[in-house]
Amino acid sequence: MWAGKLSSLALQLLSGAAVTAEIFLGAVPVLLLLAVLAGAARLSPWRPFRWLALGYIAFFRGTSALVQLFWLFYALPLLGVTLPAIAVAILGLGACMGAYGAEVVRGAVLAVPTAQREAALSLGLSQWQWRRVVLLPQASLLALPPFGNLLVELLKLTSLTSLITLHDLTFQAQSINAVLFRTGPILGIILAIYAFGSSLIDAGMDRLENRLGAWRLR
Amino acid sequence: MTRDIPLFDVPAALSMLPALLYAARLTFLAAILGFAFALVSGLVAYLMGRRARLVTRFVRGTPLLVQLYFMYYVLPSAGIRLSAMTGGILVIGLHFGCYVAEVYRAGFAAVPPGQLEAAAALGLSKLHSLRLVILPQAIRPMLPALGNYLIAIFKETPLLSALGVPEMVMRAELIGAETFQYLEVMTLVGVIFFVISTGASVLLHGLEHKMARKFR
Repeated sequence: MWAGKLSSLALQLLSGAAVTAEIFLGAVPVLLLLAVLAGAARLSPWRPFRWLALGYIAFFRGTSALVQLFWLFYALPLLGVTLPAIAVAILGLGACMGAYGAEVVRGAVLAVPTAQREAALSLGLSQWQWRRVVLLPQASLLALPPFGNLLVELLKLTSLTSLITLHDLTFQAQSINAVLFRTGPILGIILAIYAFGSSLIDAGMDRLENRLGAWRLR
Repeated sequence: MTRDIPLFDVPAALSMLPALLYAARLTFLAAILGFAFALVSGLVAYLMGRRARLVTRFVRGTPLLVQLYFMYYVLPSAGIRLSAMTGGILVIGLHFGCYVAEVYRAGFAAVPPGQLEAAAALGLSKLHSLRLVILPQAIRPMLPALGNYLIAIFKETPLLSALGVPEMVMRAELIGAETFQYLEVMTLVGVIFFVISTGASVLLHGLEHKMARKFR
């Protein structure tokens, strides 16, 4: 009987972890896309682009992630747009962390010395070539460590989706607890799973940095 | 018979404002006390150095919400009973203390070691060189980062609503459930958060510039 109970418990945790992973993996491309678009728009010579990006960044960085999720979940349907909770989670969290990512992108691009651009153009590279061959390898390397931190923050933020009815890891902890009242071990396991996920992200980003930065060592 | 309902009911939103601002005092209280505790716990973690490394990594790698649940549901079985508000402030302080420790570390590392040697050569005592030479140079570059964490803590306080603390977002959910005017109330909460945190961050930038000019 205990074995059955344990395996159903494990199954519940596993399905929660799967939902958390789904939200996380769904939000990463949204984050990257918005970060690059808004980061580039912040540096654009066109004023409307800059303002649009500034508005997006200020809005998402200036309000609480939970308030953003609640707004998308409770308020947006009243404007006639009803999204499923999972879409709210992916788009909301991706947009929220994307605003932080945009500042990382901007900072990384600005950190590449302007002399690099002058040198690239004087060597006869086109505007796009300079961006792709000179700017991108250097800026992406500078942006990697802060992006790793953002991904850990994103993983942690996925726990908020339990408050908009999604059955993620945190929600499963609550529901198992409601049945078994063995809160300590269950929350302990959940914390350990999140910590494992975070260290997985850290290790992955370290490896990526080593791989992408191999040219620096030559 | 149908009635025209405005998309965004401004008078209704205005009528919700007093209740939200009243609830906001708990938000402020939690943010300020949480920040104060983060400054202290961060100092402890910094002074413990490498020994605290595993703990700070664990705390920074796990969600604040789950840590709050842990405090709220598990500590009582160990005989520690804290109210949601008190415990919440402590957990927020511990969580952000693990980030603040890094700010301290970076701040002190930025002071060249020659400064301490020079202070010793001038005959200053350990305490005097810390107070007159090291701290003034270490604290100034820390201030912007610390200010950013104060704002970050302010934006994390809505998580306390998950424990039933009647702060602003909890209040907003209740108003929404009563009136079904979620659009008005959630937008209002967003605007309040935006105005306060953006205002604070503009203020912080101003302070930074002022200090940069003063200590050039």
